[in-house]
Amino acid sequence: MRVALFLTCVNDTLYPDTGRAVVKLLTRLGVDVDFPMAQTCCGQAHYNTGYRHEAEPLARHFSDVFGEYEAIVTPSGSCGAMVRELYPRMGERARAEGRGDTLAATLAPVVPKTYELTEFLVDVLGVTDVGAYYPHTVTYHPTCHGLRGLGLGERPRRLLQAVRGLELVELPGADECCGFGGTFALKNSDVSAAMGADKVRNAESTGAEVLCAADNSCLMHIGGTMARLRTGMRPVHIAEILASTEEEPAP
Amino acid sequence: MSGTYLGMPAFPEAAREAVADTTLRGNLRHATHTIRAKRAKAVTEVSDWAELREAGKRIKDHTLRHLDRYLVQVEETVTAAGGIVHWAADAGEANEIVTRLVKMTGETEVVKVKSMATQEIGLNEALEAEGIHAYETDLAELIVQLGKDRPSHILVPAIHRNRGEIRDIFAREMSEWGRPAPEGLTDTPAELAEAARLHLREKFLRAKVGISGANFMVAETGTLVVVESEGNGRMCLTLPDTLISVVGIEKIVPTWQDLEVFLQTLPRSSTAERMNPYTSTWTGTTDEDGPQNFHLVLLDNGRTDTLADEVGRQALRCIRCSACLNVCPVYERAGGHAYGSVYPGPIGAILSPQLRGTGSEIDASLPYASSLCGACYDVCPVAIDIPEVLVHLRERVVQGGEVTREGNKVVLRPAKGHAAERAAMRAARWAFTHPGALRTGQRAASRSRRFHPRTLPGPGRAWSETRDLPPVPTEPFRDWWQRTRGGKDGDR
Ligand code: SF4
Repeated sequence: MRVALFLTCVNDTLYPDTGRAVVKLLTRLGVDVDFPMAQTCCGQAHYNTGYRHEAEPLARHFSDVFGEYEAIVTPSGSCGAMVRELYPRMGERARAEGRGDTLAATLAPVVPKTYELTEFLVDVLGVTDVGAYYPHTVTYHPTCHGLRGLGLGERPRRLLQAVRGLELVELPGADECCGFGGTFALKNSDVSAAMGADKVRNAESTGAEVLCAADNSCLMHIGGTMARLRTGMRPVHIAEILASTEEEPAP
Repeated sequence: MSGTYLGMPAFPEAAREAVADTTLRGNLRHATHTIRAKRAKAVTEVSDWAELREAGKRIKDHTLRHLDRYLVQVEETVTAAGGIVHWAADAGEANEIVTRLVKMTGETEVVKVKSMATQEIGLNEALEAEGIHAYETDLAELIVQLGKDRPSHILVPAIHRNRGEIRDIFAREMSEWGRPAPEGLTDTPAELAEAARLHLREKFLRAKVGISGANFMVAETGTLVVVESEGNGRMCLTLPDTLISVVGIEKIVPTWQDLEVFLQTLPRSSTAERMNPYTSTWTGTTDEDGPQNFHLVLLDNGRTDTLADEVGRQALRCIRCSACLNVCPVYERAGGHAYGSVYPGPIGAILSPQLRGTGSEIDASLPYASSLCGACYDVCPVAIDIPEVLVHLRERVVQGGEVTREGNKVVLRPAKGHAAERAAMRAARWAFTHPGALRTGQRAASRSRRFHPRTLPGPGRAWSETRDLPPVPTEPFRDWWQRTRGGKDGDR
């Protein structure tokens, strides 16, 4: 299977370790991973801030870059939801504006082939035990777009539960938003920071060493808040936990 | 909407104070989390909730699509039942009609059952200006009125107050309005309720005019419906000689069978009850029973303009259950007042900028008062995709475009204050459609990483005041991929 890694602009620029972990993990599971060098950004920040017309060329670019692959895997719930939920909507809007079916037709091929990482592992590869080893106490934050946008459900937690050495502890108020929300964090920074602080306090109350999520954008916000509040907890992307092995353990 | 809200600052500023007020946040947190958990339980008791939600959505959509026809039907059935129908295009007209009707009775006092529509038009203030005192009879609404305060929640207008605060308000203010609070009033719920009951009973027995809104209007019989918990509504609807109901035109359901759906979804979504303690219905007038004069004021006030918007019109499906407020993490921290409207929370953030337009500072900021977490959409019993409408309205704010105002198509220009953002979005779009440029930028950031400041200038400052930034890595992923061929050449 020829699988393309859509790493997202945030991961590529700020969190390359997550990308390396995905490559390591998928390779270990026998997947032939490619990283199309022309990839950039799905356009979510543009779209969600109200710049739909600026997001359209990015969506078209995404389809150009990824259209030929059998599957597209991304370690980000929100970018996955952008492609799966909002690309079709962009096509519909263009149609409603009298611009015909062109945009919809361009975007349609990538929509059903795009998977968030944990979805790809559980639904496409059919594995829950990926042979990982990670001897730490972990609490899991299901991010909003993963939880309600893509409906990832129990998949991430099932994957974590199968990791040897890992102790999974429940996060109180898990389904509440961490307060990131893209440009929301800048435009409504007081409310955003208050939400972040509450999320971190809930995480701290679990006594876990690590807060895990499947989206680095949320982890950036939560981790930044943790560092400021000096909690001693670490934010870690789920890919890095699943890639970790006894021979090459993640920190 | 009400003049009280004109000139409100943008949402982020209005929210700042609330975020810092720990008592307020404690009150809100406690109240919303309690009702949230109860709602979730009440909903799981119903095996066909998903179908009920879908049915509610479809009934409302159908009615809205044929609203012209159903409005004519309502006028016919209400008139046939002995009521008189009045049409009000906006708040000013509605207030003028109601004031005239009250004056015709010669009365200077009216009792009211809590009504979003009359709050929306600022009716109490308009009546007061003409020397007519309007008494709110809903417990929470009474607390707000006595406290010279504004409501902060659709269902629990005094949600921002705790028991101690309420006791103080009663003890201080009741005597100004009528029967004083009993001596030595404590803050136990039973004593507070009894004080309100005694105070209100006096008003109910004296009033000759009642004013209400309605939760629903059944078109086939011209029947109006109010659901409530305290019985004050039934008193207002049955004791006075004259009843004036001010109702938004979107409240119609075609038949009684349609009503059945909402009488299941509304109570569970709002108060987490299986059914409302009081469900009152009234149809025109009946000789020697209940009000002998009945007036229905049908209110537009921006609703047909909203109906003209394909994406935004779904906001008119709202049955004001307030479930979206109770799950909203932004509402929980910012409080209801920050929304600058009688409709706070997620529904307020999409309804107010549509009913009032996005011209004012507060209305232009409301579509951004959300992290788009989607919890509101999940709980909405008529499946309003609030995040979708929020993004749609953001587009209207930053890009302008065609909208309908007072029945006319107008082209809005992009709102002021977004020029820098627009330029940044355009630049980012350019870089993202030119992968080479993106790569150059990433490399420059990696090379200069030691010199990056810990706090950001400009709009980024808001970020770095409360959160640490992640360090920029030595090498972006794509460079590593190219250097090692995805790790095949070693160097993981
Ligand atoms: S938008 Fe939906 S959840 Fe919110 S008040 Fe209206 S009906 Fe209830």
